[in-house]
Amino acid sequence: MSKPPLVEVEDLTVRFKGARDVYAVNGVSFTLDEGEVLTILGESGSGKSVTLKTLLRLLPENRTDIGGKVRVGGEDVLAMQGRKLADHRGGTVSMIFQDPMLALDPVYTIGEQIAEAVIRHEKVSSKAAMARALEMLERVRIPSAARRLKAYPHEMSGGMRQRAMIALALACKPKLLLADEPTTALDATVQIQILLLLRELQQEFGMSVIFVTHDIGVAVEVSDRIAVMYAGAFVETGTTREIIREAKHPYTHGLLAANLVGAKPGQRLDAIPGAPPALETRPTSCAFAPRCKHAMDICRAKLPPIRRWHDRRWVSCVLAAEEHASA
Amino acid sequence: MLIYTARRILYTLPIMLGVALVCFALVHISPGDPLVSVLPPDASEELRLRMMQIYGFDRSYVEQFLIWLGRALQGDLGNSIATGRPVAAEVWGAVGNTLMLAVVATIIGFTLGCLFGFVAGYFRDTWIDKLASFISVIGVSVPHYWLGMVLVIIFSVQLNWLPATGAGPGGSSAWVWDWEHVRHLILPAVTMSVIPMGIVARTVRALVADILSQEFVSGLRAKGLLDRGVLAHVIKNAAPTALAVMGLQLGYLLGGSILIETVFSWPGTGFLLGQAIFQRDLPLLQGTILVLALFFVVLNLLVDVVQTALDPRVQRS
Ligand SMILES: Nc1ncnc2c1ncn2[C@@H]1O[C@H](COP(=O)(O)OP(=O)(O)OP(=O)(O)O)[C@@H](O)[C@H]1O
Ligand code: SF4
Ligand SMILES: [Mg+2]
Repeated sequence: MSKPPLVEVEDLTVRFKGARDVYAVNGVSFTLDEGEVLTILGESGSGKSVTLKTLLRLLPENRTDIGGKVRVGGEDVLAMQGRKLADHRGGTVSMIFQDPMLALDPVYTIGEQIAEAVIRHEKVSSKAAMARALEMLERVRIPSAARRLKAYPHEMSGGMRQRAMIALALACKPKLLLADEPTTALDATVQIQILLLLRELQQEFGMSVIFVTHDIGVAVEVSDRIAVMYAGAFVETGTTREIIREAKHPYTHGLLAANLVGAKPGQRLDAIPGAPPALETRPTSCAFAPRCKHAMDICRAKLPPIRRWHDRRWVSCVLAAEEHASA
Repeated sequence: MLIYTARRILYTLPIMLGVALVCFALVHISPGDPLVSVLPPDASEELRLRMMQIYGFDRSYVEQFLIWLGRALQGDLGNSIATGRPVAAEVWGAVGNTLMLAVVATIIGFTLGCLFGFVAGYFRDTWIDKLASFISVIGVSVPHYWLGMVLVIIFSVQLNWLPATGAGPGGSSAWVWDWEHVRHLILPAVTMSVIPMGIVARTVRALVADILSQEFVSGLRAKGLLDRGVLAHVIKNAAPTALAVMGLQLGYLLGGSILIETVFSWPGTGFLLGQAIFQRDLPLLQGTILVLALFFVVLNLLVDVVQTALDPRVQRS
């Protein structure tokens, strides 16, 4: 029997309660094997960050309703409490944030911040933890690492900070790395360096990665598989190759048309006319219909059917289902 | 850091000189004859001139200022016109008492303020927050001399637990650390602590709420820190600002305690200032204000240096 997947997410829903409810994630399911890189690709507000944060349970507890199942390494993440949850965070799963300037504590040195995580998870002396921090800074190829250990975040450049953030995230050898648009805040040339570094470290550490981006060029660069997300749901999944060569969903086509011609990392998805829907209610029909040039009455009447080749290759669109039926 | 401190000290020198100039000028812009309170109303012109000479009022202003400054630098602030005693001695005694009162009040106010502010910020928008914020609003808005009188009525008059006035048994103004003296300190210190408590609580609440809403707190949780680990980060982030607010509050208490010192007859600088004003004792007034103003300058310097030392984001160059 083959190994069970590292990550199993089943029908995940996330709703923010408030004066206005936000149905941020509406039935997301996927699995991820050890050593695999999955990219979640989608426009701003599609629920990518919320999906990632759920894997670490970082959403404000009292204002969110989370439904469905999330298992990492066989453990039920949604049921974790107290120390068990804290061991999961940073130990099994860790995260790189979009803007390292905001995600690092401004009044602690880089070394302190990395060492703190090591001490927390491995119960080593602070000297040993500092030594690990130094080792990690060297692994992410920060020049004069020993000196950077004592630097504060504001004393480093954006690229250096993101390297430090990666060092922090990998310091405890997590099984799963969550990368939330780790290059969006950086210059184009620095972006590529960071992407290369991430891919290299992923192979070296053999960890799984869920990578979030709205940049299809970046997605192609780093991932084995891609899931296209729209309005809180996946609309199409497949291998990177399948998504680029045989995309079925009109939204995916739109993303490709906007970006793949001369795809460069750093380009934004802006060529699809219209804006994503406000998620004040859970969609009951195809959420992309208002922007879809193939939209039919049936698209606006009910949720589109799913055409599934196999577990990891499917698309949720009337067109694909019809094509299948007529074939 | 050392260079920064040295330069910061250097910068305060002109400020101090300015302060001295203003204090000196006070005597001369205030209307009326400075000798009026020492001379009998029917004093002869000859006596008046001699007194003018003794106090040096017959020389030019520049000369007078330089002489006065030179003496002040040596710790001689002249003699009180009313009592004839050296102003420096009077002021130093009073400064000691005021400092004692202000420091104790600030410590009480800072501790309680941090506690309330922290709890309120941490449990923001819950009933705990509302209660803690309510207490701090009261702290800022209650007139403290009124609170002082209420406390005196309760604890001195009704319950007879604590003395109402003075800084020690038998009106002695020399401070000793024993229960008899501490008893005298409690009511004025508690009364005085209410304002810094309210202000510190409000500041700390806003600080903590702001820090907790920042993304790096998610970052801390994401690396697996438990609540107490996150708390340590919040404290370190809040400390520089909270301490700066505390320093400034201490400054205000040092200068602004006339009302409370009068209510409790606490022999401090506020009390002394009151006396100097009502008795038109200009050398005493001049000396007291000079010392208080210099205190403020030094305190600001300290706050700056400490804040810079604590906060790596502040540029030290
Ligand atoms: N803490 C929160 N409280 C309320 N609403 C939230 C919260 N976090 C996210 N949302 C809402 O959930 C939706 C999805 O947000 P999410 O951050 O996942 O988008 P995203 O796909 O990561 O977009 P971006 O590319 O801009 O990061 C948005 O409408 C957002 O306003
Ligand atoms: S279901 Fe209909 S509206 Fe939705 S993407 Fe497919 S064709 Fe377009
Ligand atoms: Mg996001």
